[in-house]
Amino acid sequence: MDYVHLRRQAASLRKGLFDQGYLDEQFYQLEDLQDDASPNFVEEVVTLFFRDSTRLMANIDQALDKCVKDFNKLDVYMQQLKGSCTSIGASRMKTECTAFRECCRDENIEGSHSLSILNLCMRSFQKIKREHSVLRQKLESYFQLLRQAGPVECATRPNK
Amino acid sequence: MTVETQPQFHVLAVDDSVLDRKLIERLLKTSSYQVTTVDSGTKALEFLGIQDENSENAASVSPHHQEVEVNLIITDYCMPGITGYDLLKKVKESSSLRDIPVVIMSSENIPSRISRCMEEGADEFFLKPVQLSDVSRLKPHILKKSVKCQDENQNQNKSVTTISSPTNNVSGNKRKATDDGICSERIRTRYSAGPVTIV
Repeated sequence: MDYVHLRRQAASLRKGLFDQGYLDEQFYQLEDLQDDASPNFVEEVVTLFFRDSTRLMANIDQALDKCVKDFNKLDVYMQQLKGSCTSIGASRMKTECTAFRECCRDENIEGSHSLSILNLCMRSFQKIKREHSVLRQKLESYFQLLRQAGPVECATRPNK
Repeated sequence: MTVETQPQFHVLAVDDSVLDRKLIERLLKTSSYQVTTVDSGTKALEFLGIQDENSENAASVSPHHQEVEVNLIITDYCMPGITGYDLLKKVKESSSLRDIPVVIMSSENIPSRISRCMEEGADEFFLKPVQLSDVSRLKPHILKKSVKCQDENQNQNKSVTTISSPTNNVSGNKRKATDDGICSERIRTRYSAGPVTIV
């Protein structure tokens, strides 16, 4: 059983997530909050995030599908989604959420046909979905590796 | 860091986001607080024993009835239904609860929002995501209030009355909550992009 190798793989995956901008410093905060009293905190939070974000994204999907012109509503959903991204440090997703909200802003809508705004929103949303999917995949691999590598005695965090 | 056993203080955390509730709960528990989380301002009011006139099935709970002592309330600003600001107001309007320190959390850095909350009596305003360093700032507010209550008890043999003195209205020019408190409507007009501007 090469636990060292698995652990190294997990660390490498984790480093990649930071280096490539998928995660930001907020993720360190989550790791800092993990301890003996709450040994699976990070994975629990991440699981919660994907459940919550999937729900929010389904709402947005529905709203976009119905060609809802209520940009306020879209913005509220997106604000919630962005908030969740911020809470776990999902940096790239957060950026795309900001871009989406830009599409809904006053200045863009005034004088523009609402359908073209919707079009912009939809394309922006596709990007969010992609980032969401990639992040999920990477984090799932990461936690799977950690599980396989077995429990560590203390929270060993590689150098930031 | 002190080692002696101290009484655990109880914090009521209010946030409609399940993710943020989990986070704030962990942050608080790590900092040795006892925590109750609720997902809405209405539930917070119920927990605190304040009758909410807007609630459809408002139980006729005495405003002075409080099951569990709450030493601090920390609430998200933007929530459907009763906002954190509304909750703050109701707490400060209640004679039995107004001494409980209230902290507002928000994901958006809007100066007018911040100043409005502080004027209404909030003790702190945290930008999300809340950090451990933010939570470490809570204790002085709790201790300040508990010392104040001790003094009052010693001096006045305090009994709770329904006539509340207008301690909230120290500044005569307190702005009423207008549009900024509404999070789910007219969002488009509330962006504070670029340099921070005071509304």
